[in-house]
Amino acid sequence: MFYRETGQFKTTYAADQALFPIAQDRIGIMLILAVAFVLVPLWASNFMIESLLIPVLVLSLAAIGLNLVVGYTGLLSLGTGGFMGVGAYACYKLAIAFPETNIVLLIVVSGFFSAAVGALFGLPSLRIKGFYLAVATLAAQFFLSWCFIRVPWLYNYNISASIEVPTRTWFGIPVTGPTATPTTRYLVALSIVVLMTLLASNLIRGRIGRMWMAVRDMDIAAELIGIKLYQTKLLAFAVSSFYCGVAGAMMAFLWLGSAESESFSINQSFMVLFMVIIGGLGSLVGNFFGAALIWGLPVLLRFVPAWLGLSVRPATVEHLTFMILGALIIVFLIVEPNGLARLWQIAKQKLRVWPFPY
Amino acid sequence: MRMTSPAIAAVVTGLLAASVTTTAAQESIFVPNLTYRTGPFSNSGIPIANGISDYFAMLNARDGGIGGVKVLFEECETGYRNEKGVECYEALKSKKPVVINPWSTGITLALIPKAAVDRIPILSMAYGLSASAIGQEFPWVFNPPATYWDGLSMIMKYIGDKEGGLEKLRGKTIGYIYFDGGYGLEPVPLLEQYAKDYGFTVKKYPVSPADMQNQSGLWLGVRRDRPNWMVMWGWGAMNPSAVQEAAKINFPMDRFVGIWWSGSEDDARPASAGAKGYLSLNFNTVGANFPAIQDILTHVVAKGLSQTPRDKVGENLYNRGVLNAALIAEAIRNAQGLTGKKVVDATDVRRGLETLKITAARWKELGLENFAGPLEVTCSDHNGHHAAYMQQWDGTKWVKASDWITPMKDKVQPLLDAAANDYVSKNQPWPKRTEACDA
Repeated sequence: MFYRETGQFKTTYAADQALFPIAQDRIGIMLILAVAFVLVPLWASNFMIESLLIPVLVLSLAAIGLNLVVGYTGLLSLGTGGFMGVGAYACYKLAIAFPETNIVLLIVVSGFFSAAVGALFGLPSLRIKGFYLAVATLAAQFFLSWCFIRVPWLYNYNISASIEVPTRTWFGIPVTGPTATPTTRYLVALSIVVLMTLLASNLIRGRIGRMWMAVRDMDIAAELIGIKLYQTKLLAFAVSSFYCGVAGAMMAFLWLGSAESESFSINQSFMVLFMVIIGGLGSLVGNFFGAALIWGLPVLLRFVPAWLGLSVRPATVEHLTFMILGALIIVFLIVEPNGLARLWQIAKQKLRVWPFPY
Repeated sequence: MRMTSPAIAAVVTGLLAASVTTTAAQESIFVPNLTYRTGPFSNSGIPIANGISDYFAMLNARDGGIGGVKVLFEECETGYRNEKGVECYEALKSKKPVVINPWSTGITLALIPKAAVDRIPILSMAYGLSASAIGQEFPWVFNPPATYWDGLSMIMKYIGDKEGGLEKLRGKTIGYIYFDGGYGLEPVPLLEQYAKDYGFTVKKYPVSPADMQNQSGLWLGVRRDRPNWMVMWGWGAMNPSAVQEAAKINFPMDRFVGIWWSGSEDDARPASAGAKGYLSLNFNTVGANFPAIQDILTHVVAKGLSQTPRDKVGENLYNRGVLNAALIAEAIRNAQGLTGKKVVDATDVRRGLETLKITAARWKELGLENFAGPLEVTCSDHNGHHAAYMQQWDGTKWVKASDWITPMKDKVQPLLDAAANDYVSKNQPWPKRTEACDA
């Protein structure tokens, strides 16, 4: 009744190709953006911003990056943690080397370093596929983790082998470092994520995205219709790593405030991969769902016992969270193997015909 | 593209509001503790968490808290993960904690810059950033009773003693097995300095967090290299594996020395008789024969208020937790004395920590005679560089194997000053100390 496109006629090609062809979608996204940009900074508590929203934004961006290569191009990568680390360490080196440069610019620029490294480690994808490629990217993960400890130049010879985020300002307002308020960091992270999501959605809808999907669906056929495989695959790795790198730089600079090799370990790679799988391979909105479920749910579950008036020990809650999350992942994968994004699509479809399903 | 829906946001706010109201108790001092009762470090984390929580429970039950004010104690589970540690800190911050115990070097490093901004002191007892001993630069961070560099210098002193002088080390080899992260890397510069000064070779054996229980290959390397001594900076699941592997290759156990975090009963016990002779540095006494710990047994454990099995009370890391809690309690008492207030806040407790002075007589008053050495923290020295002793595994328990060893301050202090300068210069603009010193 409310969500029907009946009567919305497209009279130009531009209108037909719009990102959100349906008016209700446009209103919906505007509402969400308004809530995210205006209401959340006004109403949300610091804890909610710091421990829930910023991490979900950062991890969503990393998941988008991984989804570009796994979901859209069909190349399994386990190097996400390492590529995020490249972004974080590059951003740290840049921030120290160019203290006067705008930190937001540096966060984005550090993605290019990650893109270069990603393209390098994407080279094996030209020859091997599937699980064999996963193993090759696993090597990238371990090599990069190793570098973050063994190459002291990366962390400026810090005795603790960690990077500490320096304070950097924009128009006199601290954006990174301990004095930056969670709201500032949240708004910066949100802006980056919104812009990069927009970029990703246009990439996917355009020629490049179609090339990626053609390679994913059948690479021989794609080659026959004139798509150059090596360029396409390397581009997918580069763009994917760019997103992961920016996410990694955001993780260190806008979320944690410091980082060490452990932050970019194989566990991080797996966590992002699970977000992509749970959210939905080959879907943008799914990345946000996946990140919200895998990161957000444990954060919220901590408060459930107190909310119900039960006194459960924190360690027990942690064990329970592990079990509940594991069970949920299995349930979701059985009920909807295509991820939360597919559920969202089904819900929208149901809403279209509501209240008169036929 | 939809990142939050209003419904989720409403649920979240509801949850947060509920969680705040339940803990808004009046007239109490909030002391949180970051724990890891889960994950690969839980074998080390559980006894410490138990010691801390039991000591505060005992103070509440026996004395009605500290200075007549109940201690509100709460744990937050980190699993030794930095992200979770930061999340815990943010969650606890709003409840006005008087001190934060990160219990992880990584989490400590993440929280140090925040401490001065949020004005909440950090107590990282003999871990964390060694340079934070410099009170002038780190007014909000405390790491008594000794830094890792002090620890290494004490181990070197012990080794020198057994070899008949440090000069005798010339041409010999010392193996260093360490947790491959900030914690294990910190002693490396000093160790290399010693190697240069005394002409011995250092062989490094890093253990990555993923391979903590998989050390057989590493110990094959040790067998090939035949170091004269092994020194270990380990934690969590890494410790028992290392001791077992060392026993398996018949490494002479009385030449295998761990730092104070590698000296739990559960680190040595799995290797049973093979671990006999294994050494570890310690700054608290092992055992339950202290009036305060007996009080824990009567007021807390016997009443079923503790998570600790009775026979684990008095073990090394449990007592380490008790020591940590006793330092906090003493800092709170100091703060109450300094301010005249009963319900002290974080800024008061910072002053309390900075004037911490526990003499042997004071330990006795606390019911912990000879539980630890005399301890003093001052405005300029947030560490104290106190002595520790060597303990040795006799097959079933730890026994004292040396007198109290004092650190070589002449070697450690220059490194500390340089490290503090380095940290501050890299983290510009670093806030200048504005807090006045209490005499």
